[in-house]
Amino acid sequence: MSGDREVWIFVEQEAGVIAPVSLELLSKGRELADELEGRVVALLLGNEVENLVEQVVHYGADVVLLADHPELELYRTLPYARVLGDLVRERGPYIFLLGATPTGRDLAPRVASAVRAGLTADCTALRIGDYEYRRQVYPDLLYQIRPAFGGNVIATIVNPETHPQMATVREGVMRMGEPDAARRGAVERVPPQFEELDVAVQVLERETRQPTCNLRAASIVVAGGVGVGSREDFALVRELAQALGGEVGASRAAVDAGFVSPEHQVGQTGATVRPRLYVACGISGAVQHRAGMDQSSKIIAINTDPEAPIFQIAHYRIVGDVKEVLPWMIRACRESAN
Amino acid sequence: MAYKCVVLVKQVPDTANVGTRTMKEDGTVDRAALPAIFNPEDLNALEMALQVREQYGGQVTVLTMGPPRATEVLREALYRGAERVILLTDRQFAGSDTLATSYVLQCAVERIGECDLVFCGRQAIDGDTAQVGPQVAEKLGLPQITYAESILTLNRDEIVVRRVFPLGQETVKSPLPCLLTVVGSANQPRPPSARRMLAYKLAAIPSEYPALLQRWPEFKTEEALDRYLVERDARIPVWSAADVDADPDRLGLSGSPTKVSRIDHVVLGGGESRTVPANPEGIAALIRELVQDYVV
Repeated sequence: MSGDREVWIFVEQEAGVIAPVSLELLSKGRELADELEGRVVALLLGNEVENLVEQVVHYGADVVLLADHPELELYRTLPYARVLGDLVRERGPYIFLLGATPTGRDLAPRVASAVRAGLTADCTALRIGDYEYRRQVYPDLLYQIRPAFGGNVIATIVNPETHPQMATVREGVMRMGEPDAARRGAVERVPPQFEELDVAVQVLERETRQPTCNLRAASIVVAGGVGVGSREDFALVRELAQALGGEVGASRAAVDAGFVSPEHQVGQTGATVRPRLYVACGISGAVQHRAGMDQSSKIIAINTDPEAPIFQIAHYRIVGDVKEVLPWMIRACRESAN
Repeated sequence: MAYKCVVLVKQVPDTANVGTRTMKEDGTVDRAALPAIFNPEDLNALEMALQVREQYGGQVTVLTMGPPRATEVLREALYRGAERVILLTDRQFAGSDTLATSYVLQCAVERIGECDLVFCGRQAIDGDTAQVGPQVAEKLGLPQITYAESILTLNRDEIVVRRVFPLGQETVKSPLPCLLTVVGSANQPRPPSARRMLAYKLAAIPSEYPALLQRWPEFKTEEALDRYLVERDARIPVWSAADVDADPDRLGLSGSPTKVSRIDHVVLGGGESRTVPANPEGIAALIRELVQDYVV
């Protein structure tokens, strides 16, 4: 049967550079396909991107479907959705995974709607397992696991009756395997067919900037919440991060309050971090925040409210005002450095 | 040059403010204790639509799908400036995932008729999926402009929009009609207007009439109250699945390919912890200890 047990991975690339999450998904897809005794099919879309095929194979693809076309140069929803939707309809994959990047989260629902597939957003774990529904057992389904309800619960979602089982997967949670230069795979060119509306939206200008922080790779994170008080007082958080040689993190509330830019956000809707040390300054510890940092090796929490939930996962509890405690801490760090 | 705008909104539990008071003893969230609010980015979507109407003329219709209680966000939309609001409610909608929800919304937008711009918030804070906007766009056959922050130009034929991402931005030009999903940084939603709150004080759906009559016994009968509301354009229309001609097989649980297989409550971990004195000496001792343990 065509498409039986194929695990599809959308390979997101911009200007010839593959997004890390796509490589993570190729590794995860490899694991899933091995368990299902199926194969990994990578979908590579772009303009003159054939040179990326080898890398995609080295990370785990058995087959690369290559759609190379000038209209696919810059990511735009409609032409990309056209290519993916047509391929899904034609070949019926079993599983289809995309990164939960701004692009993946724009594209996946469009495709899922077009092919009427179930889609789960922003998964943090994927597994294969059985599911019983209306007295029928569905074997080997994809368990799509994600935080829900503001991160207060972890939900396991399945699509028992329809394929593909689609999911977007959060960046940084799947382990990226080592590329295997000896792996061989097949390339199949899939020439796109566009309709007029598909190419009607134009990108007039696009700017991207390099991340100014790399939270996921940081071994020390100093994060601030609304308890820090103000945008000005947030400088104390930066200062401590600097003194400790760490990165600056923030709660969603602090980002929403404009204390710091969204790329610093830790939590369900931000980055997931597992540093050696996490210092939570004026963060109450909503579950949505804790979901992104509770695996940290050591957690120091500073909060005026002794009942703040953050204290329940902290290794070191400091009940006090961030504006007092941080300067002491900064001074102690500088002294110990000398 | 008037634009017909439809805004899709959702009433959500206020998951962003889960604090100690809304946690249960076992460390899980107490959903019932959370207030229901207008999804924050849907307010930004409404504001963007209202600004289009103010600048170019047109109409703003607000649509929500939910239980009868979701009428609360429709009243709020009236207070903030929408001229028409519609509640989509039906037992058959219960259990809808994003695919089934977007199908119902498609049917409802089609029943409203010709429109130029559809606005949604980027995502709702209860699910954080950001899926319904793009799915409605696909079903309506419209281009989608997600992460919209501002409309730079708008005319009969096209719209130019700035989109923002965590690491960049983009300007796109799209033909009309199209669907925008709006981010929180787009604008500062206007507060409810006191004048409109007065005008729509009694705005209600018919199932709320018995409760209203208790508070306003002078109307005596539901018919009298209904006449009063209709004259003031304050009876909020309620559409069922049949009203929007929706295929029952595509609604609710049967129309939803995704099933929730299990839910695990996140329970606060109770690891070893100790309290560090909040004074310069206590902090200095802590840092020394962390240095000795090679943590820092």
